[in-house]
Amino acid sequence: MNPLAAIGASTLSIFRLIGAAAIFATRALAAAGSPPFYIDQIGRQMLRIGFFSLPVVGLTAVFIGAALALNIYTGGARFNAEQFVPNIVVLGITRELGPVLAALMLAGRVSAAIAAEIGTMRVTEQIDALKTLSTDPMRFLVAPRVLAAVVTLPLLVIVADILGVMGGFLVSVWSLDFNPSVYLRNTIEFLEAADVGTGLIKAAVFGFLLAVMGCFHGDRSAGGARGVGIAATHAVVSAAVLIFAANYVMTALFVER
Amino acid sequence: MPEMPPLLALRRLHKAFGDKQVLRGLSLEVGRGESVVLIGGSGVGKSVTIKIALGLMRADAGEIVIDGASLAAMSGAERATALARFGMLFQGGALFDSLRVWENVAFRLIYREHVNRRAAKAQAIEALAKVRLGPDVAELYPANLSGGMQKRTALARAILGRPDLIFFDEPTTGLDPITADAINALISSLVRDLGCAALTITHDLASARKIADRVAMIHDGRILWEGRPALLNASGDPFVDQFVHGRADGPIQPNL
Repeated sequence: MNPLAAIGASTLSIFRLIGAAAIFATRALAAAGSPPFYIDQIGRQMLRIGFFSLPVVGLTAVFIGAALALNIYTGGARFNAEQFVPNIVVLGITRELGPVLAALMLAGRVSAAIAAEIGTMRVTEQIDALKTLSTDPMRFLVAPRVLAAVVTLPLLVIVADILGVMGGFLVSVWSLDFNPSVYLRNTIEFLEAADVGTGLIKAAVFGFLLAVMGCFHGDRSAGGARGVGIAATHAVVSAAVLIFAANYVMTALFVER
Repeated sequence: MPEMPPLLALRRLHKAFGDKQVLRGLSLEVGRGESVVLIGGSGVGKSVTIKIALGLMRADAGEIVIDGASLAAMSGAERATALARFGMLFQGGALFDSLRVWENVAFRLIYREHVNRRAAKAQAIEALAKVRLGPDVAELYPANLSGGMQKRTALARAILGRPDLIFFDEPTTGLDPITADAINALISSLVRDLGCAALTITHDLASARKIADRVAMIHDGRILWEGRPALLNASGDPFVDQFVHGRADGPIQPNL
């Protein structure tokens, strides 16, 4: 095959995939924003996506907050700025690390699970069965997962913010000899509502992306168990890449110049 | 008095997947209360035919006519109403793993017709009784059922909406001969009792003989032969003869 033709074919297939994903995301958004709403399915997904992700998100946040405090202390000590540990920890956690790490943990845990579940439903004809029962799979399967992720990821990020700051606080007080009340006062006085708000907006967008990627790749599954495995892998990788890209775009928009 | 149109008419269907032309002008009719069995080798387009009839797949060309009205000329809502008259028993059952047996059976009632769950469950248990499954299985999940019980649960789901036409995709595949015969008997009695039509695809000639009013053989993307099941052994068609007698030698090349 002509190498240029091969490059062209690959490029076209990438654009086809991006186009298909964009159309799927638009349809998912439309389905999530209009009735019928399957309340029991939304509740079930909120439990699976939100509640059952609490331990993994919480633990990640505590350790990241603790490691962040140590790193800032070490770096700050080079120019006598150790006292800024609480300020930078709370800023870093609420604006950046809380939403991004919670979303990445959910991309691994939730996107893969969604892709595997919907992929299995695709290859075992359960999605066709839904259609023969006069039910739109986009509304019954995709919309509840998207809504659940968009609502629960910001709630998880609030938990991650609190636990991340707590992780930094504990390390700073126990290992770095910070005064607990001074640490907490610096944290609270420095924190602005916008810091938390931007993190929560990011979280809602990340929730949408990771749920849509799970559903999109699951729906495209073909070829039995291997196809389902590939769909799960693609869902995690594409969700993670999109989370990083969206994070950059939103950070650039939110940053005050 | 004008003649009633067939319940379902598939007219000159064409379908290709890439370079492979699967259907080449297939036409088939199913009348009210009639049980038609579509036989043919693997990969000749039997499943594709019923997926097109159910609106799960688009034909490249051809027409689907339900009760004299072309599906292509219907609005979205009319199309949904017309297709809701059909039920389907998928080859593997296609039961929803995350729902209990009774929720699977009552799916349309709960999620489409918004019947309250208590009444829906009562109707589901009634439908399960029709396929000879007791109320004790209602609370189980599909993974807890044997293959035969899954087929019967899927059958209960298909009949609960009292469809005018039920499609059966290889209803006896993967079942032992005794269970397969029980499923055939169940299909025959349900279709008769409900007064609905049936379009079944199968490789199982014992099944075809038991449940069919009319058998149609598909080959090379079109219907090659149609007739009563009693005529299968004396069709006079070399393709049908080879298929019925299961011979590797003949005009049909084995699909290896």
